[in-house]
Amino acid sequence: MASMLLNSMRTCPVSPARAVQYAARSLSTTTQLQAQVQTKSKKTLARPSVKNIVLVEGVRTPFLMSGTTYVSSFHWGLLHKTGIPKDAVDYIIYGTVIQEVKTSNVAREAALGAGFSDKIPAHTVTMACISSNQAMTSAVGMIAAGQCDAVVAGGVEFMSDVPIRHSRKMRKTMLSLNKAKTLGQRLGLIGSIRLAHLAPELPAVAEFSTAETMGHSADRLAAAFGVSRVEQDEFALRSHTLAKKAQDAGLLKDVISFKVPGRDIVSKDNGIRPSSMEQMAKLKPAFIKPHGTVTAANSSFLTDGASAVLIMSEEKALAMGYKPKAYLRDFVYVSQDPKDQLLLGPTYSTPKVLERAGLTMDDIDVFEFHEAFAGQIMANLKAMDSDWFAQTYMGRKSKVGTPPTEKFNLWGGSLSLGHPFGATGCRLVTTVAHRLQKEGGQYGLVAACAAGGQGHAMVIEAYPQ
Amino acid sequence: MSDFFFFFFYCSSHQARTHVSYELKDDVAVIRLNDPTSKVNTLSVQMQSELSEVMGEIWSNGAVKSAVLISSKPGCFIAGADINMIQACKTSEEVTHLSQEGQKMFEKIEKSPIPVVAAINGSCLGGGLEVGLPGAFDMMLTGRNIRADKAKKMGLVHQLVDPLGPGLKPAEERTIEYLEEVAVGLAKGIANKKVALTKEKGLMQKLQDTVMGLGPVKQKIYKTVSEKVQKQTKGLYPAPVKIIECIKTGVEQGREAGYLAEAENFGKLAVTPESKALIGLYQGQVICKKNRFGTPEKEVKKLAILGAGLMGAGIAQVSIDKGLNTILKDTAVEGISRGEDQVYKGLNTKVKKKALTSFERDAILSNLSAQIDYTGFDSADMVIEAVFEDINIKHKVLKEIEAIIPPHCIFASNTSALPIKDIAAASKRPEKVIGMHYFSPVDKMQLLEIITTDKTSKDTLASAVSVGLKQGKIIIVVGDGPGFYTTRCLAPMLAEAVRVLQEGTGPKKLDTLTTSFGFPVGAATLADEVGIDVAAHVAEDLGKAFGSRFGGGNVEVLKTMVENGFKGRKSGKGCFIYGKGKKEKSVNSDAEEILQKYKLSAPPSVSSDSDIQHRLVSRFVNEAVLCLQEGILTNPVEGDIGAVFGLGFPPCLGGPFRFVDSFGAEKLVSMMRRFEDVYGNQFTPCQLLLDHAKDPSKKFHK
Repeated sequence: MASMLLNSMRTCPVSPARAVQYAARSLSTTTQLQAQVQTKSKKTLARPSVKNIVLVEGVRTPFLMSGTTYVSSFHWGLLHKTGIPKDAVDYIIYGTVIQEVKTSNVAREAALGAGFSDKIPAHTVTMACISSNQAMTSAVGMIAAGQCDAVVAGGVEFMSDVPIRHSRKMRKTMLSLNKAKTLGQRLGLIGSIRLAHLAPELPAVAEFSTAETMGHSADRLAAAFGVSRVEQDEFALRSHTLAKKAQDAGLLKDVISFKVPGRDIVSKDNGIRPSSMEQMAKLKPAFIKPHGTVTAANSSFLTDGASAVLIMSEEKALAMGYKPKAYLRDFVYVSQDPKDQLLLGPTYSTPKVLERAGLTMDDIDVFEFHEAFAGQIMANLKAMDSDWFAQTYMGRKSKVGTPPTEKFNLWGGSLSLGHPFGATGCRLVTTVAHRLQKEGGQYGLVAACAAGGQGHAMVIEAYPQ
Repeated sequence: MSDFFFFFFYCSSHQARTHVSYELKDDVAVIRLNDPTSKVNTLSVQMQSELSEVMGEIWSNGAVKSAVLISSKPGCFIAGADINMIQACKTSEEVTHLSQEGQKMFEKIEKSPIPVVAAINGSCLGGGLEVGLPGAFDMMLTGRNIRADKAKKMGLVHQLVDPLGPGLKPAEERTIEYLEEVAVGLAKGIANKKVALTKEKGLMQKLQDTVMGLGPVKQKIYKTVSEKVQKQTKGLYPAPVKIIECIKTGVEQGREAGYLAEAENFGKLAVTPESKALIGLYQGQVICKKNRFGTPEKEVKKLAILGAGLMGAGIAQVSIDKGLNTILKDTAVEGISRGEDQVYKGLNTKVKKKALTSFERDAILSNLSAQIDYTGFDSADMVIEAVFEDINIKHKVLKEIEAIIPPHCIFASNTSALPIKDIAAASKRPEKVIGMHYFSPVDKMQLLEIITTDKTSKDTLASAVSVGLKQGKIIIVVGDGPGFYTTRCLAPMLAEAVRVLQEGTGPKKLDTLTTSFGFPVGAATLADEVGIDVAAHVAEDLGKAFGSRFGGGNVEVLKTMVENGFKGRKSGKGCFIYGKGKKEKSVNSDAEEILQKYKLSAPPSVSSDSDIQHRLVSRFVNEAVLCLQEGILTNPVEGDIGAVFGLGFPPCLGGPFRFVDSFGAEKLVSMMRRFEDVYGNQFTPCQLLLDHAKDPSKKFHK
């Protein structure tokens, strides 16, 4: 089987970056993984009227700190490596946040560049940090609706080379220059350029509606929930320590190595750096000065990377001889105040998705939450544990409760592994699937916050062994 | 935007213990200010004495290494001195004494042996001689509100704390807690020298300080500031001059002398008629910002405005930014296009001043629906018409609207002179008809005059007042009649102004005469602002209603001007010529020619500058008093507020009623008799004014 898949599933592509090159990896590994554990017996979430949709495979590039390795631009041909017959894929959906104007439908360009058939349509979605979640759930929707049977969904972010624009005045001058008819007009326009026109416009991770940067908002959120600096540093340290352990134990099997032209083969996430509380305590606040609590060490860092998953209807997967990793079950999207509750997505989405699935917190064996900031995670945990918050802001009777630490982000998280905005969602889902297999759990929960005050959660069920 | 600041107290208050409490957090004393009797903290005698006591205890406690001064009230640190306290003082000496007590407290805190951090959330009286000359001048003289970020730049505060959103407690509560936590941390840092208080001054700053310290430069600054003050106040407001004096004394002769001068001058100023007038206005405004008519049965959530002209668009602007869903309807696409532009420009000005983000502007604009049909009127809660001032058009519109709007919907007319009962005559449900008279420009003028008829229901009134308050207006409620209250007072004054012009006083001179009396806008400019056509219309209508008492200038003057296209500012020409970018407006010579045509000879016995001023003002005042006599007004307070906030009656005089009180009714009557001899019944004092003249113990304001 392995050989059959070899070379095939070129999971989706990605942008100008070589993003998606990773994908190569034979599906057989999954079976080995599965063999290790025994699944607990809980009822399945399968419903008679709803199609079973499965995660067949999930892969990603190593997540690399921006500006470290992916210096040269990615090229298109590297998407080959995952194995699936080219014609088995019906559709490709990719998520991305910072878009390159030349490749605004990056999914299509990447698919073509990766050698996928030009008969496979592809589209790009964007929803801030939950862009690839949106890509996956769009795929689920298309399969559920009977439009397709096999969809590659993924995400890519390449923060080392974000588009930087000319200033508005300069753009205006340049556009007018195009239209200028005579030499005199052109010279006039050129003469109107002032030094100030040359200052570029850098993209910022700031809310459009409030102009507040996310880190600033995270700091205020942490303060609002009384999260201390020490709590944040401890959580960040935990993330790095667990990530290191998982990396050393070879648990991060979704990572696929690739060759950077002119450089070494990259095969590991390079942002994992367990430090000490003392060292972390030395850092000055990064956003709110001088009394803030969010620092570079307890925030996720700018990251390059790409991820992809293959999602199929269960029937199709089985018919093609694949062994699925997990069922993708209920999911929800939520949104709230982008100013004061910007990063509270998980608090809002968790109880909602559990309700939909008919589960409680106790039923969940594996939790994977996106760690934007340690303060944001801690604030969410406190909000989820507050009856007052649930009643006052969510219109619920009582709190949903907090995930137990021993089930929470055990293989590290965005704080340590990195957070390529558009690619994190697939990493979370794949990690849940792998952890369920490894730990023998039945249900997993993914939750994430996103810019714009939005949030997402999804319930994942282990595929019977 | 951040709302809090810290600053190290160079100023503050004095004495007792229901208002001030403190607790120790490690070695930091947290002092909390909380006036249990009011929504805001003021520097009352009680507050000052309690604070003094607490500070004494803290200073004598060796375990305390630093202190934090904070208010327990969300959004208010100390709103200022207690006005009632100052008002209760009989003599300037008493006020001086109060002021000195305050200064002592501030000085004590300034010289505190331990660091004192003031954690300020919301409004705070600032100030102090320490701020540095130019900055301090600007702030003290104009009573400007300073945003937190600006205050930090000016060096008034050292550190900013952002307001928090909700957490495990309500946002306001948690924010104060957080402010306190940060302040305590800062206080500790200062006490153990981990936080440095003063930054090394930059070269520019040093240079600036040196230059500012030079004698001639200082003199120049005093001179420039004094001139500016003189120009702006016309010498009618004594306080700014005294402030300059105090600062000069403080800088030249040292602190002690400065403090003494401050206390003495403050005492003197507190008992001036200007102080009484302004305090009266402050108190009147507080009254007129409350809804005395109860909560309306149904809250107005959807508002429809007819007519997208200056007024209609203005009303829309002040409605949508308060979250009211607003329809702006006109008959032509050009009309709504112009109206929408006006609203956009109004909001965009706020964006330019950074009072609003462009995103907020766009979100606010989404509350506005500009259209040329009646779609959506079937779910409107209130319709305000701002169509042309013609009773037939008003009737037509009213009938059209009543066929569409739901039964609970209120019909309000923004007319400036047509009696509401005449408009309501065409209505099937006159209890839902009311007058809402806005002033132009609506987004700047604070007054709203609400007019009820005998048939207007109480709930309709409550609803109109509640909408007006939401729009941020100061509201007076008056009875129905031609011109209601405000227009009726203004009309005779404008008629007199026309006569003055006809008698050969030029528009510029007329403006100077009125502004130097305290009117913020000169009479000729005012006519241009109101619109010469509107003025002509009103003069004719009210002339018919009230007869010769409203005579004076020849209405033909105004009509001829309108015929020539001189409709005032809106048409580019009126008494003056208006052009884009021109700062100095020039007199419209064509208008002067018209005046020449209608020239009257000026009777020398009543044509001195002072007489002209009093001719204008006495007609205004007499009509105001007559409105009270006739029951159009229910009380003098609303009369004063309406005149000052709607018509620009000199604030330093406090309004027509306070003017009668302070000027003396008898003196006013005898002056009017003199004018009456020349001009006749336009200057005949009304009965109520005569009553006051006869009995000097009668006052409009106690």
